[in-house]
Amino acid sequence: MFNLSGKTALVTGATGGIGGAVARALHAQGAHVVLSGTREAVLAELQAELGDRASYAVANLSDPDSVDGLVAAAEAVAGNPLDILVANAGITKDGLLMRMKDEDFQSVIQINLESYFRLTRAAVKGMMKRRSGRIIGVTSVVGVTGNPGQTNYSASKAGMIGFSKSLAQEVGSRGITVNCIAPGFIASPMTDVLNEQQRDAILGRIPAGRLGSGDEIAAAAVYLSSNEAAYVTGQTLHVNGGMAMI
Amino acid sequence: MSDTLERVRKIVIEQLDADPDKVTEKASFIDDLGADSLDTVELVMAFEEEFDVEIPDDAAEHIQTVGDAVKFIDEKLGA
Repeated sequence: MFNLSGKTALVTGATGGIGGAVARALHAQGAHVVLSGTREAVLAELQAELGDRASYAVANLSDPDSVDGLVAAAEAVAGNPLDILVANAGITKDGLLMRMKDEDFQSVIQINLESYFRLTRAAVKGMMKRRSGRIIGVTSVVGVTGNPGQTNYSASKAGMIGFSKSLAQEVGSRGITVNCIAPGFIASPMTDVLNEQQRDAILGRIPAGRLGSGDEIAAAAVYLSSNEAAYVTGQTLHVNGGMAMI
Repeated sequence: MSDTLERVRKIVIEQLDADPDKVTEKASFIDDLGADSLDTVELVMAFEEEFDVEIPDDAAEHIQTVGDAVKFIDEKLGA
């Protein structure tokens, strides 16, 4: 089950906690993984750790040309067409709406949502020709539930979900699936800085009573990438310990 | 038979997995060759790539047969 041998996958944001875990998991299932991010040294380190069947392509998602060229760059370094796209890269620029600057709204939409549009547009062309493909957008529970201080971030993540549903309908007849994974609170450098009180407040909302791990998001990505998930499209898989049941 | 026609036919045959005998100048992509709307978009993109021309959406709407495509492309290329 879930064998990805012979498949080529591109994972954006591979230098982050979730992206790195996704890349390792797809690789462990046999895929050739192309790692993407802005920090070349971190990408090179992860590539070295994975060994065979790993490459990397540096890209800056705030630069449209860089995003437009990323799928082709990934296919060039992998030497094979792309079967799986995991659009995981994202940023936050939190703040209450009344104090939010134009730039904080626009940059979050550009990096989280517009890059998803550009990446999928580039990836879907080849997938259409080959009559197969897997597109996975890593969104967030707050794209569905909302969260104060994250109007920009939740708009971008909700946008990814609506976008994916539309694209899933456009390309469903070509053997391409488009799905989202919506992580809840995942242990990361971002959650490590929370104090005990903040941590307790968060845990009180999670029936599982703990934060999730990147590996638990990666497992969802493996499933949605697999041949076995061919009949699952336009869906959002929530991986959140029960903090929101949708 | 023009060079454009041969190249267009080749793309159509490959893209739609169509019977070469049916891919005549008069053949309609949708009515005669079984294309759906997504196929027609793919065809237009393949023509753009093959001939290095841009086919705007409003022009693409009027390209319904093999002959339409050849005519549009030849006009664009000034042939």
